Amino acid sequence: MSATLEAPRIAHLIARHAEGTLWLARYMERIENLARLLDVTNTFARDADDTRNWLTILRINGDLEAFYAKHTEANLASVAAFYVLDRDNPTSVQAAIQSARENARTLRALISTEMWLQINVFSSRIRALTAADLLPDHFTATCGMLKEGTQAHTGITEGTFYRDQAWHFYMIGRYLERADQTTRLLDTRFHALAPQAAAGDVEIDAGQWNALLRAAAGYHAYRREHPNGYHAVEVAGFLLANGAFPRSVGLNLMQIEWHLTQLRTRYQLRGTRASLERLDELNATMTHRNVADMVNGKLSPFLDYVQREIAALHADIIEGFCR
Amino acid sequence: MPEFSGSQMQSQSLAQTLVQSQSAGPSTGAPPHGVLQGYDAAGLFCEMLRPGQPTHPALSLLLSRLAAMPIESLRRRAADAERDLLERGITFTVYSDATAIDRILPFDLIPRVLTPPEWRQIETGVIQRVRALNMFLHDIYHEQKVLKDGIIPRELVLGNAGYCHQMIGFGVPFGTYVHVCGTDIVRDETGRFMVLEDNARTPSGVAYVVENRHMTLRVLSDLMTGLSVRGVDEYGLRLHHAMAEIAPQSVLDPQVVVLSPGIFNSAYFEHVFLAREMGVPLVEGRDLLVEDGQVWMRTTAGLAPVHTIYRRIGDDFLDPDVFNPDSMLGVRGLMEAWRRGSVAIANAVGTGVADDKAVYAYMPRIIRYYLSEEPIIPNVETHICAEAEALTYTLDNLEKLVVKPVAESGGYGLIIGPHATRAQLAEFRERLKHNPANYISQPTVKLSVSPTLTDEGVQPRHIDLRPFAVTGKETWVLPGGLSRVALRKGTLVVNSSQGGGTKDTWVLA
Repeated sequence: MSATLEAPRIAHLIARHAEGTLWLARYMERIENLARLLDVTNTFARDADDTRNWLTILRINGDLEAFYAKHTEANLASVAAFYVLDRDNPTSVQAAIQSARENARTLRALISTEMWLQINVFSSRIRALTAADLLPDHFTATCGMLKEGTQAHTGITEGTFYRDQAWHFYMIGRYLERADQTTRLLDTRFHALAPQAAAGDVEIDAGQWNALLRAAAGYHAYRREHPNGYHAVEVAGFLLANGAFPRSVGLNLMQIEWHLTQLRTRYQLRGTRASLERLDELNATMTHRNVADMVNGKLSPFLDYVQREIAALHADIIEGFCR
Repeated sequence: MPEFSGSQMQSQSLAQTLVQSQSAGPSTGAPPHGVLQGYDAAGLFCEMLRPGQPTHPALSLLLSRLAAMPIESLRRRAADAERDLLERGITFTVYSDATAIDRILPFDLIPRVLTPPEWRQIETGVIQRVRALNMFLHDIYHEQKVLKDGIIPRELVLGNAGYCHQMIGFGVPFGTYVHVCGTDIVRDETGRFMVLEDNARTPSGVAYVVENRHMTLRVLSDLMTGLSVRGVDEYGLRLHHAMAEIAPQSVLDPQVVVLSPGIFNSAYFEHVFLAREMGVPLVEGRDLLVEDGQVWMRTTAGLAPVHTIYRRIGDDFLDPDVFNPDSMLGVRGLMEAWRRGSVAIANAVGTGVADDKAVYAYMPRIIRYYLSEEPIIPNVETHICAEAEALTYTLDNLEKLVVKPVAESGGYGLIIGPHATRAQLAEFRERLKHNPANYISQPTVKLSVSPTLTDEGVQPRHIDLRPFAVTGKETWVLPGGLSRVALRKGTLVVNSSQGGGTKDTWVLA
């Protein structure tokens, strides 16, 4: 922002509201990721072993146990029901939209009326979903509705949310969630692909790479960046360390750093030390060279580390500003 | 349901007071046509046709526009409005074990109109009443002259559940206790305004006044084109101004907050509205704490001082140190901070005694006592059964009267004479004789009506009016107020839980 423009009035932000704003962004982002993942699994990840593909989603969310407590077989009907309709499943779209709406209600005096209205209407639409919406002939349309609803939210937020403190917390929440989701996605999918990668790139099932990148909304960008084909190192580098791909872990961490710095300089908030230090270290690992090193057998422990650090970063931010 | 008053009990009182007219006879206004064809107020005062009253050009224009509007168009607009309210979340949430259902307060499209002279009477009448209420409250917590002079029985005030002993001797800025007052006003068959009750604690409903106007502008702006109707958008500014006025004098830019019980409260939407309109944080008890006699809020930058709290939680829950010790909604030590003058609280604690039903009966005398003026808007005629003459009158006319227990003083049960059986009347007569001080009686009032869109077309339905007065140093009254309408035929209950809705209220300029 130009120094000649008028800065927002330094209005206090209630700590509980800062935390709610961060969670609102995370829950909305989560719905989009889940919808894309379900859609891609249904559409692109079909191979001989259908169950394996659906299990991937359950692994990403750490839901194997909870799922098998309710269902015997992982297929479109059961996994989609678990994630789209099941209100008792805390990782479902239903749970996410309910939490998002509750946060939005709490923040109603703070967020724009358009944001609230859209979340309110979107949540009734999600609540009204039934098993019929998950049938093969309609499933892609349902996922499309979920993606569009969250993207409308993102656009409305971009266009109407006043950019004072609360906005920074909102953006931090969005980027935390994106970084977390991309890390999880890579971790679960890469297992299946890495052994083949070691055997030689020619053998790789292009469809599986394709599905992985589509699930991260990065397929076309990756094609443009790497027209010659799929290489495990390149895919991992693209998802972790690319500076232009909106869902790369590295880019999201950098954006978090920018927002934290804004909170420190523009609003003189002092709670940034722990989180900025942690980010410094984490950012240093998000280089293409480091990722290339990790791909040879160390990627999984590395991704575990990144996931733990993202969770710790969230905790640092809450601790630093909201307690 | 949204609590449109300081207490559950009060919201019932309109129904207790009013009985539908049996009388008939055509009104004397212009012959209704179009959607108003066949509309018949049956001898009741109609707010739109106004039999026997001078016509206002704006009102005539409105009437002809309305009449020319096809009923299908009205219904389509009504459906749009309903969907809009749901989508905007202008709702209250009804919680049961497993579900939370959002309900809207029905909005009737056809506005209720007040002419400039009518509004002048209401505005000055409300200001007068708020002045008297504040002087009364100051007096009963200080010199108690009104008790010594025998204007109102000592026991009725000092023994009242709303009387707060912690307030004795404690002064508030400008002597203002009732910063936001909602005065419930009805109109009889001659068009005469009467005060039905005062809401001096945490009256609600003002958000609907503003939202109803916005709704009219969205779905029915063609009805309003070219008419001069006074705006309602100032409320947040005026309220903030008053809240800043009462803040500690040493603070230049006081921090105001709205204190809400939280998202599960039925009036939560209004709390959001108030915070947004004032541009201040909406907080809950857990966001505040008292340290060194100062109220602080927990912010991202640490603790920040709070100077005025517009609270929307009841006295009992405000401070567990002083009142209900189990309250999780309030702030420990708040009363002590207030006493020290480091924070202002609106409305003040202990105002409940002033909007008590029994005290209501004395309001005309209280106004005369403090202001040496006649009430500008009279009370509904009220007989205080504690007084011999009134008791005799009540016993003699029981079948024509509504008899109510005085609030929170041990009385129970009420009787609507015209609806009661002979046996019920006889039994009640004994109860009344046994403890007359527990009761007041009032005649049944033939409440005014307003054209309202119903399943049977545009029909007369009973309405009332709650103007909102904001007081810091001076009193300002929001032009108009909340017009509540009983949507079901024949019912007098305008309470939202029982088929009540609201209308936009136009004060002509």
